[in-house]
This record gives sequence, structure tokens and C-alpha cells, in this order.
Amino acid sequence: MSDFWSIWISVITFVVILGSVWLLMANRKTEVKGDLAEGEIPKTGHAYDGIEEYDNPLPAWWFWMFIASAVFSLVYLLLYPGLGNYKGLLGWTQESQWQERVDSANRVLDEQYKIYAATAIDDLAADPAALRMGRRLFNNNCSLCHGIGGVGANGFPDLSDSDWLYGGSAEAIIHSITQGRQGVMPAWGAALGDRGVEDVADFVMSLSGLPFDMQRAARGASQYQMFCVSCHGRDGGGMQALGAPNLKDNIWLYNQADTSLVENIRHSIRSGRNGAMPNHGEKLRAEKIHLISAYVYSLSQTNQQP
Amino acid sequence: MDKMPSSLPSQPESAKPQAASANEAIHVLNLYQTADKIYTRSLEGFYRSLRRWTWIPMLASYFLIPWLNIDGRQAVWFDLAERKFHIFWLTLWPQDLPFLAALLIISAFGLFTITNLAGRVWCGFSCPQTVWTSIFIAVEEWFEGDRNKRIKLDAQPWSVNKLARKSAVQLCWLLISLATGLTFVGYFNPIRELVPDLLQLTIGGAALFWLLLFTALTWANAGLMREQICLYVCPYARFQSVMFDSDTLIVSYDKARGEQRGSRKVNQDPGQLGLGDCVDCTLCVQVCPTGIDIRDGLQYECISCGLCIDACNTVMDKMHYPAGLISFTTENSLEKGTRFRLLRPRLLAYFAVLVLMCSVFVYEIGSRVALEIDVVRDRNMLYRVTEGGFVENSYKLKINNMDQRDHQYSISITSDQELIYRGQSEVGVAEGEAVEMLVRLLLPIDQITETNGDVEFVVTATTEPALQNSEISRFIAPLKNRD
Repeated sequence: MSDFWSIWISVITFVVILGSVWLLMANRKTEVKGDLAEGEIPKTGHAYDGIEEYDNPLPAWWFWMFIASAVFSLVYLLLYPGLGNYKGLLGWTQESQWQERVDSANRVLDEQYKIYAATAIDDLAADPAALRMGRRLFNNNCSLCHGIGGVGANGFPDLSDSDWLYGGSAEAIIHSITQGRQGVMPAWGAALGDRGVEDVADFVMSLSGLPFDMQRAARGASQYQMFCVSCHGRDGGGMQALGAPNLKDNIWLYNQADTSLVENIRHSIRSGRNGAMPNHGEKLRAEKIHLISAYVYSLSQTNQQP
Repeated sequence: MDKMPSSLPSQPESAKPQAASANEAIHVLNLYQTADKIYTRSLEGFYRSLRRWTWIPMLASYFLIPWLNIDGRQAVWFDLAERKFHIFWLTLWPQDLPFLAALLIISAFGLFTITNLAGRVWCGFSCPQTVWTSIFIAVEEWFEGDRNKRIKLDAQPWSVNKLARKSAVQLCWLLISLATGLTFVGYFNPIRELVPDLLQLTIGGAALFWLLLFTALTWANAGLMREQICLYVCPYARFQSVMFDSDTLIVSYDKARGEQRGSRKVNQDPGQLGLGDCVDCTLCVQVCPTGIDIRDGLQYECISCGLCIDACNTVMDKMHYPAGLISFTTENSLEKGTRFRLLRPRLLAYFAVLVLMCSVFVYEIGSRVALEIDVVRDRNMLYRVTEGGFVENSYKLKINNMDQRDHQYSISITSDQELIYRGQSEVGVAEGEAVEMLVRLLLPIDQITETNGDVEFVVTATTEPALQNSEISRFIAPLKNRD
């Protein structure tokens, strides 16, 4: 706020307060001409169209309430920011009030977090109260991609099964959340050609025991050994160090529902995939990640996929 | 009706006669006026004892109800921290707020109805402002004596006697205020913890603040403000007259019978003196808690307490005149001599609406289901395809047990399609708790008949089939069937 507006507001505020007090003081009493006859009820002397106003005095405590509210407003303006750029004697701001409340809430939470942070993930996964807290954190921070209960979605891994891209140990889960993950499947369309893509796709189908074309799969097997084996492994078991999925378990990370599975696989081979789990180490404090990890860990322990 | 300002007697002094024009004197009117303290005389009578009998049960319930316990908790407990209002066997949650609104509306309408019937009897016979003011005045009378003695004492200079009496009054007032405030706070913080906390001086911040505030307000309202609240603060005093009609029972002075008022001896015949029945003893004014003269007619200050009726009847009795110079009667009875009319359209309409509102309220409270469920579809995706050729939708099912005991609930779904339910089929929820659970519904891809079908979640208490609630959600499946 520029100095002009700051002064402008302050002046108007004071003029209104002092003007109100002046108005109040100026109307405390009224003078009436003429003597008061014995037993006559006094009139204020206000007469309009022959209608006269009786003196109907307000209680004195109303007068003092007016004065008190004027004093209150002046004290308030002295203590709190209200006059333009003036900060007030208390130094109060909305932000500091908010910060105070956050701090006091955190102090309460910290006690609980401290206890949970010192507990091993395995033990937390068996503690219903810790899991409730973990689930709330998960639903607020993770369920947008991984779904309620961590069931996953197309492109976002199901966390409730026992199939893991980067490993399902407590340490691996904490690492995934804290550091994030980059799962890159390169595009092989140019190298393999359209036929090559179809061949490899049929070979991949065969790994999970799904219906496939024998001839294509046989051709695809040799292509697989050349292009895919370094990440997905000789037998298609994947490699958790790189996040290369296991291709044998009939669990598909990229499976658009309106296209057939084989078409989805072909797309992955042809155009590649780029899976990104953002790094949450800066967004969430370590204690929270610890609790979320316990919750995620518990999902795969209790919720075995059929 | 205006009272004469207290400054009036001094006005001749303050009037400044002007030398220029002898008859053009100027006097100053003070537009704010300190109210004179009202010293009420207490006289026994029918209405005074009637008031006592309406007050005793109300005061007793106010002070005793917080001490009642049901099922190990305070029977009436407005738990603000948990946002649950326990009222005996009923627990209201924030989502039940309409009940509270309805209750307030019904109470207001009940007040209108009773006002149309009998004027401001609420004020005179039940209002806490009147009740506590009367208790405080009774304390004054106990320590300082009757009306005349109190006036004399207040006029005296300070003495040991005066100081002792005044201190005793203030001490009693404070104790009564403290008990009132403590009880009030006890409706919000369990009183069985509050009282020991207070005695051990370990009472907490918020409770202490409200306790001090309500103690101070009780003291100020009943000790200092008294009738000023009724005259200048209470909105009901100002709008009650719109509910009045000519058949409303009001405290009235029978002018035709009373005038010409004047003093006389008991054995004198008023007719010969040219007087009416009013002996102008002003007892009716002396007993009035708002300090008005009922003989001036109906006034908004009148709180229909009937104390002037008692006072006047005492005098009429002594004078061997019939009672009822001042009485609860109607304008029509006084002026036209007609009987009190109970069956009149306006009162019947008020009463009919009141009964209707009460019935709807009772029905709604009675048919309230103490179970709330909420089904939220996964916000991430419409559906997903799982291995084995199933389309899966996932839902967050929230079950809120609003009953006063623990329950086991069974969950079922109904749908036009053969949906497979995957999730807990039964769940236990503790009293007042809410649980959230994941439910997945699956449908084989080749059995999809609708892309956007309804599915109803039904949650039923296993031991109490009437305790059931349901919510309709959607099952979404791909339009195009896969190969």
C-alpha cells in the first residue's frame, strides 16, 4: 500500500471515530424553550406537522457503551494492524496466527510420529492405529495415482499385490517414496520394425501363458534375446534394480482397457514407456513417509491378489 | 409510557430564566438517563406462589440434569470437541443440525402461541432473567430487609452495618452466579470432572474462561441490569405486541371500577365520596419488578408476572371489596363485558401449526437412522481391467456409527448385473466411530450389459435389521468389449 492510501485510510478511520463521538456528545442534551408546568411530561421541542416528541430518555448505560466501543476501537487499532501500513503493537499477522496453529498441531503430532518413527515397519504394519494414520496419509498423497487402497491404474502400479517393480521390502518402498523412480522402457519400433514388434509381443504373451502365435513367438524369442534380455532377463523375470517388470506373471502395468492386451504390449515395445514416480522426500517429512511405507507394506502382506 | 426522568425535580434549578423575555425560559433535557433502582416490595399471593411453583421444577432440572448419567456418560452433554450432542438416549451429530434449527423454530412458535393466549407469561413465570433477578432480590431482602429498609439503607452513609450487609449480599450473589455458571459450563464439559477440577484449582483454560464469563454475566444481569434487559435489550419485549389481540389475557386494571381513585377509610362508602374502588395505595407500583404503574394501561414493560394482582387483591380484601380490580383478563372482557374466548381463529391457527410442527419433528427424530454411509468412487480412474478378464471398479465405503453402542454391520450390494463383491462383508464399528474401507466390484468383461449401471450399497446392523442405510453409486465399464 502506498503512503498516500495508508494516510488516506488512517485519516478516514479517525475522522469517523471522532465524528461519532462528537455526534454522541453533541446530542446528549437538548434545550427546550418554555417552562415546564407542574406534572407535565417534558417534550424535546421537536415538532413536525403538529406531532410533538416526548422526552423518552435512553438509559445512561447505552451512552457509556457508545463511549466504550469508541475506546475499544482506538485500543484495537493501536494493537492490531488496521491503519494503512501500521503493523500494530502486537505484531499480529494472519500468517503468524496460521503458523502458530500449525506449530501447535505439529507439536501434538510430533509426539506420535516420534514413537512411530522409532518402530520398525514390520511392527507398524501390525498396528491398526498406525495403519489408520498411514492410510489417511496415503489417501491424501498417493491415491490420486495409485487409487484408494493402492489398487493402481493403467500406468500406475498396483501396490496391493505381491508383484514389485523395485522390490517390496520396507527399505525399497521407503526409497521409492523418498527418492522417486524413473522407469524407462525405450522405444524399439525403429529397430524392430512393425513385424518385429508383433513377433516380440507374441513371445511376451507366451511368457505369461497367454494365447500366442507359435511362429511369431519363435521369431520374437530371438529378437527378445537381442533387445530385451539385458533388462527383463533371460527368462522374462525382470530386474528390480532397474524397475524392469516381470513379464511372466500376467500383471500388466500398461493395459488400456479399450484395446486388447496384445495391442497394449505392442505399443509398449513400439513406442516405449516412461513411468515416473515423483520424489516425495522434500514434500513429506521422513516420519510421514515411514507411516505411508508401513501402510503400503501392509497392503501386500494382507491383501494377496487372487 | 414514559417515566418521569429522575433529573426532573432538579430541573427548575437548572432552568435558566432569561432576562430579556420573562416567559421564554429555557430548560435542559438530558437525553440519557440513569435508571432509578427499583425496590420491589414482596407481598404473598396467588401469583407469587404460582411463580414459585413454576420456577422450582425448572431450576431443579437446570441444576440437576448435568449430574445424571446414562451408560457411563453424562446424560445431557453437548460435547463441542467431538461435535456430538448427547440428549439422554439421543445423540445428535453435526449433520443433524436441522433438528436443532427445527427445535428453535418450534420453541419460538410455542412462544408466539402462548403470547397470543396469555401475553407475556413467559417473561413473568419462566424467563431466566426474571427468575434469577427474583432470587437476587430475595437475597437482598434476606440481608437488608424489606423495601423500606433497603431504601433507607441505600440512602445511609457507609457504616460497618451497611458494609456487612452489602458484602453478604454480594458474596451470596457471587456464589449463586458461580453455581449458575458452573452448571452451564457443565453441560459442555463433563460436570463430574469440572467440579473437582475447580475445587482443586486445576480447571483448564477454556472451561475457566467460560465459567468466569457466565458467572460475571449472571451477576451483572440479575444484580445490576435486571429490568433494563427486559426494557432495552430483549427483542421479544418489543415485538410481542404483534401477537396480541383483543382476546389475549393481559394484566389489566379495571378503570371503570377503580376510578375516581382516592384514599378513604374502611367504613366509608366510596359512592358517597365520589370515588371508585382504587384506594390509591400504590402497592401495585411498589411490587412491580419493572417499575411501572399498571393503572396507566397496557405497557410494553409489563412482564405479566401478576404481582400487582396479588398486591391489589390483598388491599381489596382488607377494604372488603371484591377481588379483581387488577386481574388477568382480556381487552374485550373489560370493555365489552364478553367472556374470555379460547376458540378463536387466530389462536387455533397458531395452535394447529404448533401441533403440526411438533408432530413432524417427533416423527423425524423417531425415524432417524443412526447410521450414515458414504460411497465414494475412486477418483483416479473410471475402471480398470484385471487379469482374468475382469473389469474392476473400486470404492471407498465409509460407515459412520451414530448410534450409542457398538455394532457389527454387514455389507451387501444390489445391481442389475452380476457384480462380484470383493472386500470385507462384515465390519465392526465402535460407538460414535467411523470406518473407511476399500470395496472392489468386479464383472467379467463378457458379461457387461451396461456401461454405466447403478449399484446400491446396503449396510445393515447384524443384530438390528431396522438399522439400515443404503447409497446408490455407479459401476462403470468399457463400452467396447475386448476380444
